[in-house]
Amino acid sequence: MNHWIIAPVILPALLAPFIVLVMRHDLSLQRIFSTCGTVVLVGISLMLLYTAATNPPEVYFLGNWDAPFGIVLVLDRLSAMMVALTAILALLVQLYAIGTSWDARGNHFHALFQFQLMGLFGAFLTGDAFNLFVFFEVLLIASYGLMIHGGGAKRLKAGVQYVAFNLVGSTLFLFALATVYSVMGTLNMADLAVKMGELPPGDAALMRVGAVLLLLVFAVKGALVPLQFWLPATYSFAPGPVAALFAVMTKVGAYAVIRVYTLIFPPDTPATGMFFADLLLPAALVTLVVGAVGVMGATGLARLVAFAAIGSMGTLFIAISQFTPEAMSAALYYMIHSTLATAALFLIVDMVQDRRGTDTTRGSFPPFAQHGLLSALFFAGAIAMAGMPPLSGFLGKLLVMDATRGPDMAMIWTAILITSLITIVGFSRAGSQVFWKAYATTTGQARPEDKPEGLAFAMVFALLAGLVALTVMAGPVTDWLGETSAELFDRAAYIDAVLPAVKE
Amino acid sequence: MELLVASAVGMLTACGLYLILRKRTFPVIVGLAVLSYAVNVFIFASGRLAIGLPGIISEGAAGYTDPLTQALVLTAIVISFGMTALIVMMALGSFLETGDDYIAMEDDETSDEGSDEDKEGAK
Repeated sequence: MNHWIIAPVILPALLAPFIVLVMRHDLSLQRIFSTCGTVVLVGISLMLLYTAATNPPEVYFLGNWDAPFGIVLVLDRLSAMMVALTAILALLVQLYAIGTSWDARGNHFHALFQFQLMGLFGAFLTGDAFNLFVFFEVLLIASYGLMIHGGGAKRLKAGVQYVAFNLVGSTLFLFALATVYSVMGTLNMADLAVKMGELPPGDAALMRVGAVLLLLVFAVKGALVPLQFWLPATYSFAPGPVAALFAVMTKVGAYAVIRVYTLIFPPDTPATGMFFADLLLPAALVTLVVGAVGVMGATGLARLVAFAAIGSMGTLFIAISQFTPEAMSAALYYMIHSTLATAALFLIVDMVQDRRGTDTTRGSFPPFAQHGLLSALFFAGAIAMAGMPPLSGFLGKLLVMDATRGPDMAMIWTAILITSLITIVGFSRAGSQVFWKAYATTTGQARPEDKPEGLAFAMVFALLAGLVALTVMAGPVTDWLGETSAELFDRAAYIDAVLPAVKE
Repeated sequence: MELLVASAVGMLTACGLYLILRKRTFPVIVGLAVLSYAVNVFIFASGRLAIGLPGIISEGAAGYTDPLTQALVLTAIVISFGMTALIVMMALGSFLETGDDYIAMEDDETSDEGSDEDKEGAK
């Protein structure tokens, strides 16, 4: 048993209380310990990624209880990939928060940050549906604290909405789990997958109800229409670095959909069939359209990026709803791209907002510090987000479109191409309003002094460099993701790893 | 007994949903609490209803009832209790900060006001 699998959960779980209890009055100590912790987490996650790539799925039995009775953590390629993506994003975002002193604007930023990481890593690693609920709650309760970090009337109000929405989501999750448990008598995902095959026809209807309730819960997390209402206000009022970290939170919903609906309810299950695909695809198409219309209509940069994030979730769920290995590897590629691009844009918008005093795209304001550099960065981020060449958004959309040559091809391609155009128009209009119109009002006044935030700029460059690397390395990355999605559709390996007794 | 438990869950859920759709934070929080009661009873019932049976296998008893749902419901109670406490604090903070307890936000959607206050906070 590989004990490193539990390290990404244990390390932040120990570090966060340590930060709160021992160094709550000393910000620089907090920064040092928290950053060291995240660096170690990046190291561990890369090691786990290597382990997962070279071995079949590995299982960690908590308390050494056998699988259906105890809780298990499972490390396969998908979970290792998500853990590594989260760890790297977390390190960059954390250094940005330190570089811009965001972490000094309120208490306990670093402790909440570590708890957030614990919840995220746990959600990606767990192999038990109820444990998934518990880790969802861990990551949510930390995100509530991070969301209102720094305070302010609007942020608190948006925070209350966010918490209320997610509490309803959690209640729904419990209803779904109880329904599933009452039919199956187990909540271990591998055990559920085995028992799903032996489901008596009389129980199929109740199981479908449970499965659809679960899908609703994951749709809340993944901001799928009609459950996306929490996202725009939350993301635009959250502190910039927190919004950037939240870029991976919607992906938790997408990850859970991929995991549950390829492992437990794959398309060849007689009781459910393509039922979930038929539900997901229309919702994903509408999500994409809502995102694009929101980008067009947004009057603030942060809100614009939030709607672009909704649109990218739409594209992602379109690819997932195909439930074929090719479409899944396209979905995974787009997921990595969309996480990095959304995070980069939120950080850029945060810097613009900090220097300009507002992020509105209405009215005109004089040029601000580092105007040219920030407009170039926004330009690069917008190209990535809208899916224009040469960055990875273009390749991601191309892969998604290539993988959806099915009966719904006409509808999907039309939706993706038209919304891409609308998104490009929305981004260019906002960019020209904010960055170009500034020069129309200059009346010879001196430019404000540059803000020396080298660390913060370096982190934005690192995120954009990640996008460039994803584009340049697209070949090897898609090969690797192809193997990952092949592993997802080969359920036997996962089930054998968790339940060795079933095979005999 | 099935009818009693089922109608209790149904009534609680209906009341909870009605309250959640109100405009002010207080009814919404009460609604969330009522909804969490509903789900707790529901989880408990998902292990099948039995009267007078222990949660562990013992020779003196005629049978046993599912102990796992009791553990699940305990976890759910602890989590929903913590979450309710948290949203009460946040709603209180929002009320003190903005002077009203409406859930809805105003139409002005740019977040400039927030950043101004951040700067004051940082000074």
